[in-house]
Amino acid sequence: MARKKSKVTIDRNRCKGCELCVHACPKGVLAMSEEINEKGYFFAQVKNQDDCTACRFCAMVCPDVAIEIAVEEAGVSQE
Amino acid sequence: MAKVLMKGNEAIGEAGIRARGLCYFCYPITPQSEVAEYLSKRMPEAGGVFLQGESEVAVSNMLYGAAGAGVRCWTSSSGPGISLMMEALAYIAAAELPVVIVNIVRCGPGLGGILPSQSDYRQAVKGGGHGDYQCLVYAPASVQEAVDLMPLAFDRAERYRNPVLIIGDGMIGQMMEPVEFKEHKFPPLPPKDWATTGCKGRKPNVVNSLYLDPYAEEKLNLRMVAKYEKMKKEEVRCEEYNTDKPYQALLVAYGTTARICRTAIHKLGEEGIHVALLRPITLFPFPRQRIYELAQKVDWVMSVEMSTGQMVEDVELSVRCEKPVHFFGRTGGVVPAPEEVVEAVKKQLGAGKGGQA
Amino acid sequence: MKTIFKRPEALAETPTHYCPGCTHGVAHRLIAEVLDELGLRERTVGIVPVGCSVLAFNYFNFDCQEASHGRAPAVATGIKRGRPDLIVFTYQGDGDLASIGMAEIVHAANRGEKFTAVFINNAVYGMTGGQMAPTTMPGQVTTTCPAGRDVEQVGYPIRMCELLASLRTPGFVERVAVHQPKYIIKAKRALKKAFQYQADNRCFSFVECLSTCPTNWGLTPLKAVQWVDETMIPYYPVKNFKSPETEGEGDAD
Ligand SMILES: Cc1ncc(C[n+]2csc(CCOP(=O)(O)OP(=O)(O)O)c2C)c(N)n1
Ligand code: SF4
Ligand code: SF4
Ligand code: SF4
Repeated sequence: MARKKSKVTIDRNRCKGCELCVHACPKGVLAMSEEINEKGYFFAQVKNQDDCTACRFCAMVCPDVAIEIAVEEAGVSQE
Repeated sequence: MAKVLMKGNEAIGEAGIRARGLCYFCYPITPQSEVAEYLSKRMPEAGGVFLQGESEVAVSNMLYGAAGAGVRCWTSSSGPGISLMMEALAYIAAAELPVVIVNIVRCGPGLGGILPSQSDYRQAVKGGGHGDYQCLVYAPASVQEAVDLMPLAFDRAERYRNPVLIIGDGMIGQMMEPVEFKEHKFPPLPPKDWATTGCKGRKPNVVNSLYLDPYAEEKLNLRMVAKYEKMKKEEVRCEEYNTDKPYQALLVAYGTTARICRTAIHKLGEEGIHVALLRPITLFPFPRQRIYELAQKVDWVMSVEMSTGQMVEDVELSVRCEKPVHFFGRTGGVVPAPEEVVEAVKKQLGAGKGGQA
Repeated sequence: MKTIFKRPEALAETPTHYCPGCTHGVAHRLIAEVLDELGLRERTVGIVPVGCSVLAFNYFNFDCQEASHGRAPAVATGIKRGRPDLIVFTYQGDGDLASIGMAEIVHAANRGEKFTAVFINNAVYGMTGGQMAPTTMPGQVTTTCPAGRDVEQVGYPIRMCELLASLRTPGFVERVAVHQPKYIIKAKRALKKAFQYQADNRCFSFVECLSTCPTNWGLTPLKAVQWVDETMIPYYPVKNFKSPETEGEGDAD
């Protein structure tokens, strides 16, 4: 099945560096940065956007609602 | 409107309904359970809310919730129950919510007894719960006055956004007296634009008492003090008896005790001894200035109470310690007889003749 | 591109003060999403507790009242009785609900008050620094049971869902967890049902969320998530305990 194009956006300054999203992602799309954000946390980053299946797991577990996900218009499934 | 003969507690319940106090939460306790019993029947007829809670702790927090949502609400209880309400009362005061609480005082401390008493004066007037706050406190001396004070209590609670206490005693609760439910007119109240009624069309409202920033907390405290100062200027109520002719002594008494003092004053008058009475109707704000003025004409003042002496401290403050303030009281549920007050006054007058203050 | 996941309207922009990885934030978001989806935000009043979530009124974008410790169900009762048209929910920790507020929650449930109670069980008193809660696990070390919870001395952890489900009054009682996607999906469904029952004026609804407190458990957020799986879920089964449809059965399970 052809994969829809998706876009995961992480608000780096909302991130508290808990790493839960990184571990929740089944595709290894996310990783922690080596820089710190304005709160002083190592923040989560998108590393391999192309592998993303738009499963939303990362956003679901993020306690700080720092993650937004968008997909190509066509064939969007609504949970 | 015609007068009807009613038991004090039931009349208070009816007066609550007529004052549109249509949301009532309660927990049974003697000597005021008749308020709840009466309202359990009447409230549904009037289309209001009657709910018996699991404890006074819960009841008082129900009041916090309902008042926060803009609902006119009230309760009645007595000593041990009022003590349990002190937690919520402090929150209600801090969140500036209008709530009316009727305390039909019984004797204490502890479980005490169920007989009339005025031993909750300090709890009502000096706080009771934690933190810097005051309640507006009314003390009716008759069933009629209790009935008249109910609408005023609701009006002032909402006007000031402050809890109001009505302090009665077992006598007022249990007494049968003819009462008239008069129409009371008040100026329009400010809108409750602070209430949690759903945020449609406006920013969310928060009913809260948490201020972690000391300057914000201090600001709240000072705003509350400003309300209390306004009450001191505008809300003081008292009644005078026999102050229009020369008098040899001044008594200060509230509620049932004031009625006993009037009988005593009458008896003293028959013996040619002229005594005046000042009856505070508001215990907070206290009629300090009037007591001070009236005390100018006598050598001493006497506070008469059904307690071991609680209001006497406020009477002393009122006369600014310029005159001696004596105390006479019975406690434990013992109601002083007029003759005992007569004796106490005579004894003091006799002592005065001997030259000692 | 079409956004398929973003901050719900019922959740304010304000960043929370919660520790990194604390799942209070997940529970907040789920409640907000459900209120948005059911179109209830503008007539909702949230009752926030004394506990780590004491400032939750800053994080929700609807009317809120702050309750004293444990009394949120009484506050909710007062609002709901006086204004039955409002949607009211309580949000309470385990110290707040299962210890000091035990009487209030049991009686509100037993009266069948038509509000929604969200119970955050993180097995510890978070705000005051990790003391033992009624829900602390056997052997779990806290600042007031440094040798681990001794069930001989202080009994076993209280299972609130089981306790409330035993009441005869119809209600909706479900335990969920908010630490992993598969549980979070179910948690949202349960919350949605709970609010729907309220909106339909059906019954009292109670959703217990197993939640993490990495700070006071002394674990990383990731280890805390594992601890929920390994320690809490075996003792606190994640499932539905009662629905108004099973009405009349008395104690479920
Ligand atoms: C009457 C009263 N007693 C004690 C406290 C102190 N106190 C504040 S929060 C808290 C415990 C909160 O723990 P919990 O309900 O488990 O919530 P959490 O912080 O874990 O989210 C206590 C005991 C208080 N505020 N009021
Ligand atoms: S949406 Fe799914 S696949 Fe994409 S980054 Fe998030 S968790 Fe990974
Ligand atoms: S879950 Fe959220 S807060 Fe935690 S690391 Fe990922 S983006 Fe940051
Ligand atoms: S102390 Fe625990 S419950 Fe409180 S915010 Fe931190 S992690 Fe969350």
